[in-house]
This record gives sequence, C-alpha cells and structure tokens, in this order.
Amino acid sequence: MDRVTAQFPEAVAERYLDRTGGAWAVIHAEHLPKVAAFLKNDLDFKLFTSIDAVDRLHLAENDPRFEVVYFIYSLSRHEHVRLKVRVSEANPELPSITPIFKGANWWERFVWDFYGIRFTGHPDLRRVLLYEEFQGHPLRKDYALRDRQPLIPERPIKDIFRGPGTSGVS
Amino acid sequence: MADTHKPASPPAPEAPNPDIDAYAHEAELEAHLQTKRMYVNMGPSHPAMHGTVRMKVELEGENIAESDCEIGFLHRGFQKSCENVTWTQCLPYTDRLNYVSAMMNNFGFLNAVEKLIGLEIPERAQYIRVIGSELHRIHDHLTCVGATGMELGGFAPFLFAVEARELIMDRVAELTGARLTTNFGRIGGMNRDLPEGWIEKVHKTLDKVMELVAEIDGLLTRNRIFVDRTKDTGVISAEDAIDYGWTGPCLRACGINYDIRKAKPYWVYDRFDFDIPIGEKGDNFDRYLMRIEEMKQSERILRQALKTIPGGPIILDDWRIALPPKPEVYGTIEGVISHFKLVMEGIQVPAGEVYDATEAANGELGWYMVSDGGGRPYKVHVRAPGYPILSAVPYIIKGKMLADLIPTFDTINMIGGEVEQ
Repeated sequence: MDRVTAQFPEAVAERYLDRTGGAWAVIHAEHLPKVAAFLKNDLDFKLFTSIDAVDRLHLAENDPRFEVVYFIYSLSRHEHVRLKVRVSEANPELPSITPIFKGANWWERFVWDFYGIRFTGHPDLRRVLLYEEFQGHPLRKDYALRDRQPLIPERPIKDIFRGPGTSGVS
Repeated sequence: MADTHKPASPPAPEAPNPDIDAYAHEAELEAHLQTKRMYVNMGPSHPAMHGTVRMKVELEGENIAESDCEIGFLHRGFQKSCENVTWTQCLPYTDRLNYVSAMMNNFGFLNAVEKLIGLEIPERAQYIRVIGSELHRIHDHLTCVGATGMELGGFAPFLFAVEARELIMDRVAELTGARLTTNFGRIGGMNRDLPEGWIEKVHKTLDKVMELVAEIDGLLTRNRIFVDRTKDTGVISAEDAIDYGWTGPCLRACGINYDIRKAKPYWVYDRFDFDIPIGEKGDNFDRYLMRIEEMKQSERILRQALKTIPGGPIILDDWRIALPPKPEVYGTIEGVISHFKLVMEGIQVPAGEVYDATEAANGELGWYMVSDGGGRPYKVHVRAPGYPILSAVPYIIKGKMLADLIPTFDTINMIGGEVEQ
C-alpha cells in the first residue's frame, strides 16, 4: 500500500491497517482501474479473490452509502490487500475492472445483482443468481427480509413440440 | 468449421423426369447434411449438472460454440440470513455452504470471528479442528472422485467412494452427533470433546478408507476410457487460472504451489509434516490426481494429529464468549446472567472488520466480516472457492467437444450450496 500511495498520491483517500494485519485503502472511483492495473502488473497482486459491497445504511458513518470492497492476493508475497471504493446512493456506478482481472466478471455481476451497483464497461452485466425479472436488490439493508416477489409469467416458447426453435434460447 | 459442411451452391431445379425420380433417394444420400447451430439446455435437471446449474450450450456439430452458465437454482440468501441472526446462530447456515465438508466451512467462519474478536483458542480445540477438517477433506475428495468416475461410466469407483464416505460419516456422527451438517464448532473452541476410544477407531477407519482409495486409484488412474476422456480436456493455463481467481486443488493442478495451510499456517498446521502435490498441465486428469494425492496427505496429517493431540480444555473459559457450565447456570446468579445475555443478545463482537481465509476442500474459503459492535453480524461475505472456478468454465470449454463438458464440470467440483450462497 505504501507503493500505491507513492505512485498515485491523488488516488488514495484513506489507508488503514486493521487489527489482524490486513492492509486496505480507500480509492477514489475514477482511479480504480489504474490502481488495479498497477497492483496486478507492477506489484504482482495477480490472484483475484473477490468483490463485495457493504451497505452502510445503519452504520455511524453512512455517507456515501455503499462501499465496494475488492480483495486481491499476491502469490509471491502471500499478502492480501483490500481496495475500497465508496459509491453514493444517487449514482451507484463504478468503472469495471473486468478488462484487467477476468475473475472480476462474475463478482461484478454479483454486486450488481444484490446491491444494484452498475459497472460501466462490463461486457455482460446481468443478474447472476436471481432472474432478470426480479425487482430490487435484496442485500440492500432496506430490502425487507421477508419481502415476496410475484411469480413471473412463463416465458414464451414458439413451438411447444420443438422447443424455442432457431431464434435463440428463450 | 461450418463452411465445410455447407453445400457450395444449391443444385439447380430440373424438370421432373419419372425415370430419374425413381432414383431420387440416392441423390439425397449423397447430398450434404444440412447443418445449423443447435441450442441445448444442459440442466438444471441433467444428472451431470447435479441439479443446480443450467448450461445453455450452442452447438456446432459436436463442438461448443458458445455457452452460458446460469446458476442460482439453489439460492438460499446466506448473507441476508446471517445478517439477521446472532453470530452463533450463523453456524448452522455455514454448514450448508459446502454440504460435503461441513466442518471446514464451520471452522473457517469461526476462525474469522475469533480473529475479529482477537481470541486464541485452546490448543486441544485447534487439534480437533485440524482433525475434523482433514476428515472432511477426504470426505469431499472422495465424493468428487467417485462422482467423476461414475459420470464417465465407471460405477464401481463410486461404490467404493460411497463405502469409504460411509465409514468417515460414522466417525463424524460419533464425534458431532450428525452425519452431514455437523454444527460442531463454537466461538472460542469446540462444542464437545472427542468421545472415548474414538482415536483408535479413526486409525482403523483410515486403514480401511485408504485401502478403498487405493482401489479407486487402481481402477481409474490407468483406465483407458477414463484417461482418454480426462487427459488434455478442460485445460486451463496457470495465468488464466490465476486471473480467474482459482484456488485449491484446481489451481495446484496448473502447477502453482499455493496452499494456505503452508502459505499462512493457521491453527496447528505448521507442526505437521505433509506435502502439497502439484500438477503440470491443468487438465481434468491432473485435477483428479491432485485429489487422490491430497487424500493421502490428509491421512498423514490425521495420523500425526491423532498421535500428538494434547489434553486440556476445548473451549475458552470466558463467559462473555462461551456458555457457562450448567451447574453454574443453575447455581449462581453470574452464570444465569451470562447464559441469558449470550442467548438473548449473542456474543458482543467489537466493531471492526476482518478478512480471513482457510483452505477448504476446493480452495480458499474467505470470510469478510463487518461488525458494528452488536450481537449480530452487520455484514458476512463468503468468498466461496467454487464461484470463481465455475465462472471460468464457459471459457475453458469454448470450442471443445460437448462430451468434455462432463469431466470438466466434475473435476472442478462445483458445489451448489457455496456457489449460490
């Protein structure tokens, strides 16, 4: 993290070393792809672990509302780093890092699915675990625990005997 | 690819001639087959898809031109459920993440919570965790290897694997009281101690299990059909595997030496003598061999751990974390109060956050937790090892034969419970 701060002093908003020795830094959203590429290519943080978001609605500091956390691991140093990016509720949008880490593809879809944070430049941003017709993003803290979704109508099938036909999978 | 099957130009229509029409079927036989892309849904009820994944496959002849993986048929709302119960009540949910190695998920979760609180658990509890984890690692790998053998047409290896699993399950049942979802760990230690005579039983069980593993090894590793279908199929390069975030046996099959038990030893793993098997090519056969080898290494760890396990307490004697013993609850007011507070409010975890990973059967099982200082987790993120591995499947089977999808899907050992959280 020292080297990231030295390289991009304008990108890092906050740095921290937590009790268990995990290093993390809060990055401004527009610098995220640059920092991720630097970590991957120059500092050998190649193993892409995961992405998740924290909805800080009920926490003491909750502005901006979301915090997207990136976990990256270095196989040569055996070290984890965490990049955090804060996203506002009004405009939940981040640059995608799928061009840098292929593994980010499904995790970004996961975050879109459950928190409703869009990733610009993502090749295929669809829901990953829920179906397309699902309303809302269930891991947000204001999504009710026992909320019900109406059953969706069956998707059209052209020919019941031959299936969807050549126009594509329904 | 497609061009070779298409007729160069359609034959010009001719005037009907009754003499020639008698032989029309012969011309039909010589004509090129009409080809078009075919869309096939594999799963979710396809037996090889284990009931939880649907692959939309676009076929060109027998080759997969495009594929799209649709998961979420088992979605259980793991995170949301955990965020609405106390820390201890999350434990049954963690069991069901990877339901063939429940203890590993359980202990991984506990390890992260204990780091967040800053606890050091008793030595005997650490040994019991290692023993439970390694037993379940063998159990998990047996399931994977047996299922791979079965889905490639060999039923006997599966029966051997089930027999060996049954023996391990019996030991697990004696240890924890449950066969599948064990719910065995507690924050700060273990639920209960090893039963009497259990260590000798495990030694005998291991003898039998390793015999059966050798049997499976002998049946599959030099089997012509098995080798032909797994060797050089589902290949992924080491760079791609890292880029996709693979861990565990699947990553080590590509030749990368990364095992958290060696890289960042937790519990008492640094006291045992064991090796990390490494593959070369990263194909299905390597991934299969990796699991056979790991079972042998787990046996080594287990035997050492069972020999050297120390005595002592199995859970911390701290009433803010562990339930007080029953005589104290019934006899003293302090016991009643702490029991009541632990049950009603849960363990008070200090505010903060942690990322901690343990080596589960399929790879790095990471936990990211945020606590707001109360008895309930504010956020529990699980980094299931199967999720990034599955995300690479559409990439590695692109352009390959449809039949290669089955061994690839088997050897990555995707578990619905953890992928679909």
